[in-house]
Amino acid sequence: MELLWLAVSTIAIGVFGCVAWFWGSNWLLDRIYPPRGANAGQNIRRANQIRPWLFLGPALIFLTMYLVYPVLDSFWRSLFNSNGTRFVGTDNYTWLMRDAKFRESMLNNMLWLLVVPALATLFGLLAAQLTDRIRWGNIGKSLIFMPMAISFVGAGVIWKFIYEYRASGETQIGLLNWIVTQFGGEPQIWLTLPGWNNFFLMIVLVWIQTGFAMVILSAALRGIPEETIEAAILDGASPLQVFFKIKVPQIMGTIAVVWTTITIVVLKVFDIVFVMTNGQWGTQVLANLMYDWMFRGTPDYGRGSAIAIVLMILVTPIMVWNIWNARKEVR
Amino acid sequence: MADLRLTNVAKSYGDVDVLRDIDLTITSGEFIVFVGPSGCGKSTLLRMIAGLEQITGGTLEIDGQVMNDIPPSQRGIAMVFQSYALYPHMTVRDNMAFALKIAGQSKDQIRAATDRAGKMLQLTPYLDRLPKALSGGQRQRVAIGRAIVRDPKVYLFDEPLSNLDAALRVATRIEIAQLKASMPDRTMIYVTHDQTEAMTLADRIVVLAGGGIAQVGAPLELYERPVNEFVAQFIGSPAMNLLPGRVKATGPMTTVTLDGGLEAQVAIPTRPGDEGMEVNLGVRPEDMREDGGASVFEGTVDLTEALGEVTLLYFGTNAETAPIIAKLPGIHPGLNGRRVRLSADPQALHLFHKGQSLLYRDGADLPPYQPRMASPSGSMGSTPAFPDGGGDRIEDGVIKPVGPVR
Repeated sequence: MELLWLAVSTIAIGVFGCVAWFWGSNWLLDRIYPPRGANAGQNIRRANQIRPWLFLGPALIFLTMYLVYPVLDSFWRSLFNSNGTRFVGTDNYTWLMRDAKFRESMLNNMLWLLVVPALATLFGLLAAQLTDRIRWGNIGKSLIFMPMAISFVGAGVIWKFIYEYRASGETQIGLLNWIVTQFGGEPQIWLTLPGWNNFFLMIVLVWIQTGFAMVILSAALRGIPEETIEAAILDGASPLQVFFKIKVPQIMGTIAVVWTTITIVVLKVFDIVFVMTNGQWGTQVLANLMYDWMFRGTPDYGRGSAIAIVLMILVTPIMVWNIWNARKEVR
Repeated sequence: MADLRLTNVAKSYGDVDVLRDIDLTITSGEFIVFVGPSGCGKSTLLRMIAGLEQITGGTLEIDGQVMNDIPPSQRGIAMVFQSYALYPHMTVRDNMAFALKIAGQSKDQIRAATDRAGKMLQLTPYLDRLPKALSGGQRQRVAIGRAIVRDPKVYLFDEPLSNLDAALRVATRIEIAQLKASMPDRTMIYVTHDQTEAMTLADRIVVLAGGGIAQVGAPLELYERPVNEFVAQFIGSPAMNLLPGRVKATGPMTTVTLDGGLEAQVAIPTRPGDEGMEVNLGVRPEDMREDGGASVFEGTVDLTEALGEVTLLYFGTNAETAPIIAKLPGIHPGLNGRRVRLSADPQALHLFHKGQSLLYRDGADLPPYQPRMASPSGSMGSTPAFPDGGGDRIEDGVIKPVGPVR
């Protein structure tokens, strides 16, 4: 009860504090430079130069505290040894380059990067186009979108059951093995099949992200001017030609945004691998590797931070391109 | 040859009838304009011809072939949209080439066709640009070019000039007229709500109203012999004035007593027994004059609008009925608030009973239409209006008008 009270009062203080800051600082500014009297014009100009900083100030401070500082600190830590007592320079990075597990993670991440955004965008595009044309399309859309509402950990657990293995002859409780045995096949331990198991993990993320891609692309498809489609029909284009030569090129910008957004999610993928294989059997990825070094067994802050920095360097350019694309879309 | 025949064509969305009983024959090489108030179904009719809307009743034939279920691209038509509908991701050349590529033409053929269309429409310097780098007028020309390269038998235009500014609209209108003149055997069907476009471009105008065809005819025929009050008021600007009254004397010339007490002579025949019939006397604003002849209207000027070339006089702007408007040539200062009497040529007057023109009460078998000329009995085309068979004469470069009256 006391805890609840504490939470409520924290929220109240937070909200009240925000209102008080924005209203109060604004009021104070107007007192210092009153927008009336002899110097009204000059005062308004000066106040307008200060006002944005009053409003941006808190956000900038918090961003610095919780974003910029951790990045810099991570980088600093990556130059030290495992418990942060000795400066080792770039030793952690040179170690990374030679570490087999890191190379496996990089390779797997690249694989994820190629497969998941491509499949999720493709399926999303198809789902958006096909559900647009049919009466129960909206129900279909809801079903496809639903996995978005499930957490990655939850999705991992669900799919772990789908891949679940029981020895041959026992009742198969995993959907996939049940289907395989129904067709007379041998049950497999899917998540340990080298090479293939990566794809079994990727399917989970594709399953989640297709809904996201579909929703965004569906809106984009509806934004295409109907006349251009009619003109193409008059020009003799078949439905497939209309789709690939008229519709898709017109939403290329949106496709790029969806693609890169999913790419960023993919680069950071952690929960699914953590829950389903924990990086065993050749499925390690960067985020899980970082977690392993940072928090498992005897923590090695230096190496963990180095992996984190590598991950950030990989994500940043895609993020920049994504934002640039999204802003172009808005214009 | 591309004769187009609509028989009993109808369109309904569920229970809502948009169009019904559309019968229309368009001969090859005609320039037909559909006009009508918004929501009258003129664009729908065009889209049915194009194949973009299902025809829910009747048949559409092009060249004798029923086209109801033929896909749009195989109907031998091309359409120019109001919003241009250019493919934004393709260059001007690719926009024009798209249909040809789909049709599987060779690269050389496509290049030749797009070059020719580009030259025809003065688009050659812009062939490699994207539509977004073009002005509105240029975009519209690309849209027309896209139609031209396919060399269709029938061109369909859906309000193609509505998105252009006034000056460009006039220029593009003239371009379309020239385009038509350069392709005399191609049929063009053009939808617009703009009277000027309809009057200037059309060989025949189709006035659509209330889900059907109100009247079909040459532009001046609709202007001078409207079949009903709707067409009379729709064609011409400002709209025709309608003055209620009763028939007083019948004969080849009808005498009408107007509600205000004035009497008007109308050169429209009535039959014995028509005396006392309620009629509306139709008089166009531009037919009202200040020459002191027998008055058809008397009133106090509420408002004047001086346009230089003409002066508009408004009467009864505060009344519940539509104001009476007179359009006098030239400049007339100082008329505001003054009581004036206006006359009109009996040949220029129209008579309507229950909304229908008395001219058409025996059906539509009127003598062939001739524009109204200065000759006394020429109003309804009963005498040949062009003695030499060709309108105004020219002597030494000077125009010698045969008339119209105005």
